[in-house]
Parts: sequence; structure tokens; C-alpha cells
Amino acid sequence: MKFKPQIIAFLCNWCSYTGADLAGTARLKYKPNVRAIRVMCSGRIDPTFVLRAFRRGADGVLLCGCHPGDCHYQEGNYRCMRRYHLLQKYIQQMGIETERLKLEWISASEGKQYAELIDSFTETITELGPCKIKETMENLT
Amino acid sequence: MNEQKPKLKLAIYWAAACGGCCVSVLDVHEKLFDVVAAADLVFWPIALDFKYKDVEEMPDGHIDVTLFNGAIRNSENEYMAKLLRKKTKILVAYGSCSHLGGIPGLANFFTGEEIFKRVYEESESTINPEKIRPQHKYEVPEGTLEIPVFFNDVRPLNKVVDVDYYLPGCPPQTERLLEVFLAIVTGAELPPKGSVVGAGTKAQCDECTRKKTENKLIRKFYRPWEINDDGESCFMEQGVLCMGPATRSGCGYRCIKGNAPCRGCYGPTADVTDPGTKMMSAIASIIDTKEPDELEKIISDVVDPAGTFYRFSLPSAIIRRKLL
Repeated sequence: MKFKPQIIAFLCNWCSYTGADLAGTARLKYKPNVRAIRVMCSGRIDPTFVLRAFRRGADGVLLCGCHPGDCHYQEGNYRCMRRYHLLQKYIQQMGIETERLKLEWISASEGKQYAELIDSFTETITELGPCKIKETMENLT
Repeated sequence: MNEQKPKLKLAIYWAAACGGCCVSVLDVHEKLFDVVAAADLVFWPIALDFKYKDVEEMPDGHIDVTLFNGAIRNSENEYMAKLLRKKTKILVAYGSCSHLGGIPGLANFFTGEEIFKRVYEESESTINPEKIRPQHKYEVPEGTLEIPVFFNDVRPLNKVVDVDYYLPGCPPQTERLLEVFLAIVTGAELPPKGSVVGAGTKAQCDECTRKKTENKLIRKFYRPWEINDDGESCFMEQGVLCMGPATRSGCGYRCIKGNAPCRGCYGPTADVTDPGTKMMSAIASIIDTKEPDELEKIISDVVDPAGTFYRFSLPSAIIRRKLL
């Protein structure tokens, strides 16, 4: 059976979720592997969310927020960026490919970019294959 | 005739531990007489010559309180955890190792095979050309010898048996142990099952008296030896990683009082499941840059995030071991 990756995307309410919405209203076609979770701000994305997503079987996690300087709450996206860099370093130490976690800025008008991002990210994850965290955690004694 | 209240039966056991927890019990000093006046020690391998057989022969629920320290590293640890659970009314996970996995839990960065290879073949002080390794079973003329099975994963006590209370710390502060012990002896109302006892609920920062500035941001992280600590201001504000923001209070911030940053042995605060993610958030909020390149450089000073954030808690973290 062909591998169908499961990807969790955290989208900020003001830019990225609206951008994703635009991709939908513009009837753009993109890969169906992403489960979008709306958060009020990318600064709301606790690293716990990311690790839990992986732990529960996500093959890739996507974080999207407003472009630098455009955050609805001034600074949230910068916090997200700093956490993202720490998380990258941490997941690498834990043996998880860093490509499985991605941060991108999507504005409310970038429906097309969002669709392209989903396509390319799905492609990357499909090439990487399934993430083995869940399996390892459950089976290894 | 004086009618005597039956004495409490107390057991203390060590699994994968360094022995420091048992010593912390001895640190009650002359208060030990109060303890012995109120309780009989029925099993305590570090100090008393009781055998596993003696515990096996006890009726179920015979022991009132067991302080179980150490993580579950091998089959012997697991067997004793299950045995003591059966024989004990109140099982207390005592110390960081049985609470969260502790220092032995850092072995979860490796597998059993990797550890054996390093220890019995590769380490600088090892000469073992035949690559002899310990076997679980070995036949000798006198019969079969058995040693415990070494597991791949280190687990905290609650992943193996049901735990009534947790007393955190590496080792727990002896004063806290006395408080908890006296509460049990005097028959005070015990907290609900599963509680962390002998510790606070908030973060270390809440108690710490070092000076904190509003919105102080930093541009560089230092290892503790790279900087002259001023002895007064918050470690994080000086750029030294301190686990205080993600660590439960209760120890009286002793390390910080001794001018060393908190290492996180008391585990996450009451409403946090994973100390590492909390720490990542805390660090993310004090870095003073908006440029990805500069950020990368600043974060490169955080040399070992996984080992630093999960020094005492890797086996209880969301991702509890390194992927194979």
C-alpha cells in the first residue's frame, strides 16, 4: 500500500488560516494529507503540541504564522520562530529527521503559496517515509 | 500496662539508583530515633540484612509504607517493584529516578546493545578481545547462574506499577521526608492518591530570591564556567541556563543559593506534563533577536538541549527515548 503521510499544520488565525481559507475559496487543488489546527497566534504553539503530534503518529508537523513584522500580536511569530529553532535542535538529538518539522510564513493573501507549501511538504514527508516515533514508543521495552 | 500503638512497618528499596536517596534518609540524623520509635524498618538493603525471600514471605499488604527509589532498568528492578507493590499499603516513588526516570533515564539516548558495546568492548579502559559479555543465563557445573535481563528502556516506577505518592528530588530534601513521614505517623489526612508530596506546586522562580528584571532579554548563552556569576541576579538573565522556570519548587532552591543554576531534579510543576517543552518556551521568550541567522547562532550556545532540559525526566517526557 502506498504510504499516505499524516501531517498536522498549526495555522495562526489572522494570516495563515485565512491564507488556507483563500486557497479553498479560490478552489486551488492541493494534497489532502494535512489536518489543519487553527490557533489564535503562532506564538500560541506550545512545543508540547508539536511533540504530542509526533508522539501520536504525525509524520510531519507544519507551523505557519504571519510574516515577520506582521504579527497581529506584535511578537508572537518571533516566539514561534525561536521555539522552532530549539525544537529542531531537540528533535534532531532524539533521532527525528529535522525535515519533519517546518516553519513557514503565510499571509492572508497567499492562498497559492499555501497550496504549494502543502504540496511540497507532503512530497518531502512522503519521501522520508513514516515517522517511527509512535511505533518505537509503544513497542520497545 | 501501657497499651502500645502498633508500629508502622517501613521499607526502603533501591532499584536503578546511586544510593544517594538511601543516604538522604540517613540524613535525618538524630531524628532517626523518632523514626525508629514510630516505625519498624522491615526491609532496607543498604543498611539491614533482609533478603528478598523475607519480603516474598510477608503477607500481602504487610508493609505500611515503602519508599522506592531508583528507576526500573532491569528485570530485577521490575520484579522488586511488583513484589513491593503487592506487599505494601502506601508505595512512595522516592527521588527523581523513581519519580521521573532520573539520571539513569539518560540511558534512553541509547539502546541496551549500544550500552553493552560501549562498556564491554569500546571504552578506553576495556581490554576484551574475545568480546565477552554478561549472559542472562550461564551454565556452570554447580547449576545455572542467572543475572537480571538488561532492558532497552529505563522507566520510572509508575510505568511499571501503581504508585500512591511521589516525593521528588535528587535526593529529596530530608526535611520534606520527615514532614511526610510524620504526617503518616500522626494519622493526618493524606493527600489524594497520585499526589506529589513534600514539594510545592509552583516553579522555582516563584521562591527564588535572585533579582529579576522585567523583560530582560539576552543575546548569548553561557555555560556556568564561562561567566562570573554576580551572585545576585537571575541566572537566565545572565545567560546561564537555569531549569528554574520549568521546575517544581520545594527544595528551597538550594542549588541557586549555592550559586549554581537549577538542574531540574524536582521535575515539572503541577500543571506541566513535560519540563523540556516548558523550558523551550521559557528560553524562546528571553532571546533578543528577530533575525533567523543570529537566532541560530545564539541557540547554538545551548549545547545539549535534550540532555539539559530532560536531565532528570527523559523517561517521563512526551518523547521518552531516542529513536532507533
